[in-house]
Amino acid sequence: MDMPRPDANILAKKPVLVKRLQQVLPKDAVIHEEAETRAYECDALTAYRCPPLVAVLPSNTEEVAAVMKICHDMGVPVVPRGAGTSLAGGSLPTADSVILGVARMNEVLETDYENRFIRVQTGRTNLSVTGAVEENDFFYAPDPSSQLACAIAGNVGMNSGGAHCLKYGVTTNNLMGVTMVLMDGTVVELGGAHLDAGGLDLLGVVCGSEGQLGVVTEATLRILHKPEGARPVLMGFDSNEVAGQCVSDIIKAGVLPVAIEFMDRPVIRATEAFAGAGYPDCEALLIVEVEGSEAEIAEQLDKILTIARSHNPVELRESTNADESARIWLGRKSAFGAMGQINDYMCLDGTIPVNQLPYVLRRIGEMSQHYGLGVGNVFHAGDGNMHPLILFDANKPGDLELCERFGADILKLCVEVGGCLTGEHGVGIEKRDLMVDQFDPDDLDIQMAVKDVFDPDWLLNPAKVFPLAASETRRMAAE
Amino acid sequence: MKPQTEADLAEIIAGASGPLQVQGGGTRPIGVPVEGALLQTGGLSGIDLYEPGALTIVVKAGTPLAEVEKVLEAEGQRLPFEPMDHRGLLGSTGEPTVGGMAAANVSGPRRIQAGACRDFMLGVRFVDGMGRVLKNGGRVMKNVTGYDLVKLMAGSHGTLGVMSEVSFKVLPKPETGAVILIEGLDDGRAVAAMSAALGSPFDVTGAAHTPKGIDGAPVTMIRIEGFEKSVAYRAERMKALLAEFGEIEVETQAERIAAGWKWVRDVEAFADQPGDVWRISVKPSDAPAVGAALQARGLLYDWGGGLIWALVEAGRDIRPAMAGVGGHATLVRASDETRRTVPVFQPEPGPVAALSQGVRAKFDPRGILNPGLMG
Repeated sequence: MDMPRPDANILAKKPVLVKRLQQVLPKDAVIHEEAETRAYECDALTAYRCPPLVAVLPSNTEEVAAVMKICHDMGVPVVPRGAGTSLAGGSLPTADSVILGVARMNEVLETDYENRFIRVQTGRTNLSVTGAVEENDFFYAPDPSSQLACAIAGNVGMNSGGAHCLKYGVTTNNLMGVTMVLMDGTVVELGGAHLDAGGLDLLGVVCGSEGQLGVVTEATLRILHKPEGARPVLMGFDSNEVAGQCVSDIIKAGVLPVAIEFMDRPVIRATEAFAGAGYPDCEALLIVEVEGSEAEIAEQLDKILTIARSHNPVELRESTNADESARIWLGRKSAFGAMGQINDYMCLDGTIPVNQLPYVLRRIGEMSQHYGLGVGNVFHAGDGNMHPLILFDANKPGDLELCERFGADILKLCVEVGGCLTGEHGVGIEKRDLMVDQFDPDDLDIQMAVKDVFDPDWLLNPAKVFPLAASETRRMAAE
Repeated sequence: MKPQTEADLAEIIAGASGPLQVQGGGTRPIGVPVEGALLQTGGLSGIDLYEPGALTIVVKAGTPLAEVEKVLEAEGQRLPFEPMDHRGLLGSTGEPTVGGMAAANVSGPRRIQAGACRDFMLGVRFVDGMGRVLKNGGRVMKNVTGYDLVKLMAGSHGTLGVMSEVSFKVLPKPETGAVILIEGLDDGRAVAAMSAALGSPFDVTGAAHTPKGIDGAPVTMIRIEGFEKSVAYRAERMKALLAEFGEIEVETQAERIAAGWKWVRDVEAFADQPGDVWRISVKPSDAPAVGAALQARGLLYDWGGGLIWALVEAGRDIRPAMAGVGGHATLVRASDETRRTVPVFQPEPGPVAALSQGVRAKFDPRGILNPGLMG
């Protein structure tokens, strides 16, 4: 993975930079000793590491603005960081950058049940947003798998999804407003406790811009009352095609489950060995969850089970109580851990039109043979958001590179069948160089033109999202 | 000019020597009046792809909305955001198009639960001010590949580019519905009732209040949709939940429900009334005070109070009545002259206005696409 060469002039300015940052932040909020900056050398894409020049941990919007102003003055790149859980390398530093971590900004600023929103500092974790409102039976809907650790800042940056998006949408559909600091230190408010934009929907483009347009310090999020109940049903099928058809038929029948999860045989076997959830040994397994009162759940499940039966499932397991529900989810929830027990893995999140599932799964199987690397598939089937887990051995020379080539081929396939490179993880550095497979040069140019407006000097998270060759002229011109 | 293909559209824009007035079906003349050669998208028509099992439809921008709704209806699906038909309110004629709807980010009462038009737009193809054919997003439900320019195009009123194709996420049309009706509430109590309903687990898909219903009395309406048994159950629970607000009636007759929500959606009450019409988005609990401060001839509250439609005398800027309240107001109906003098769209604070202006200058460097329409 190529990264721009660190700017020697910036490296030389480190003492001045540190001094200036210390003037606007508490002493312990400026991390500059090499032994300590190492803690920020990578995010959850651990294959790539580089300690930053400095890391700062501001406590509020004003401190963020002060930091940005200094970095802007001195021409120092800033890499925003939420909780560091990005699987795409979204917060990978460069050696000449300042990591701006929002981890200390985790306050709830306002909770409003009457108007159904919560305003938080963006260092707050996803799960603790729900935690702040659940005593009143409310919740924040987007639920990425990393929700225990991941921060709202990163959720906004990557427009994170989760298992329950089919019904509730992703971050952008639940984000009402932000306070954001631009690269020059200007603080702007976009959106708020009201709905929709009065002019251009800048909030819509900020969400998912991977920290390249500004540092989001506060967010107004939509909260909802919890449903009365939820219950899953498990179905096993003897082919991926049939399982895929079943998903499509459920959706066509007018039932909108909150989640439809899909696991293929390699993942089923791995999770059985790991968690012993008692899954059937079959080709494909679906977990379909519906919500509502007991009677509503029964009515929906009745329709779903009728459809499932018409596809001759090898197993149909209804849950009758909370314990059985938990067992149905157990394997799915431990799937990543289970695959991790077998070997190192790379997790992709290309998204495809739902009707292409069987074809794409077959092709992935063929590629697995070709590359000689195992792969398991576990994903959000309702919205076509795949998660192929490619197994490799990080200690075996060349295996990571082989795995990356395999991964790139899968993502190209996703694009080829009408899908996209990433459904919820973001581009980061991981998929940066594949952007040319999804977009023509002009499509990338117009996106970069948006960055030109928000960050004319290309100082914010500059080496991400766009292939370095595509962004080179802009990055150079700004230097 | 009425291009028949995307390539024609690109050629026209690239070759344009002066301002263009971009138009879909011409049914939503919203914004500052634009002088320029008329560029109509109606020739770009047709459904490119519809996959009911994937909840996805891809449509050329000039396709009549009615055609799309008919095709979806045949599969028991719909555009969930319930787009308003502006013809009655604005006295316009013609056929609303998909592109016009997207360019104005038109949503209706269900926006409060399902989301806005922009939330269901999965991808766009458009031609920018330099005549480049561009794409963003796609046709899958989850997509974070690059910047989300789809949201930016939604509600950009043709000032950033001319859309040639839009893909949407669609949803199943529910089996049935019911509406909880409460008569006689003042605006404050009505918003409180709607907040209680929207804060319940019963999945309310519409919450509106009119201080003056068809028979003259205030009516608050709360809609529930879904499978039959579920709707009956939730309607009962809702009745109990809202009992403190007064006598409750439950309407279950499908045609009456449809007509009632169309009345709200299309703001039918103001259609034949003289005066300017404003559309105001606020935090619902701010709505009663804003409504009172407006001193309007007529008011209609949708989105649980979060959307206020106000009928006021011609030529008055109502924004001073919103002083100190977050949100925004759009002057949807007024004479050309008023729309040239009173800002149609909410003026933005300096730094935000600079960003918007900067984005416009990048997408349309020559300033030829609906110039000045958004101010």
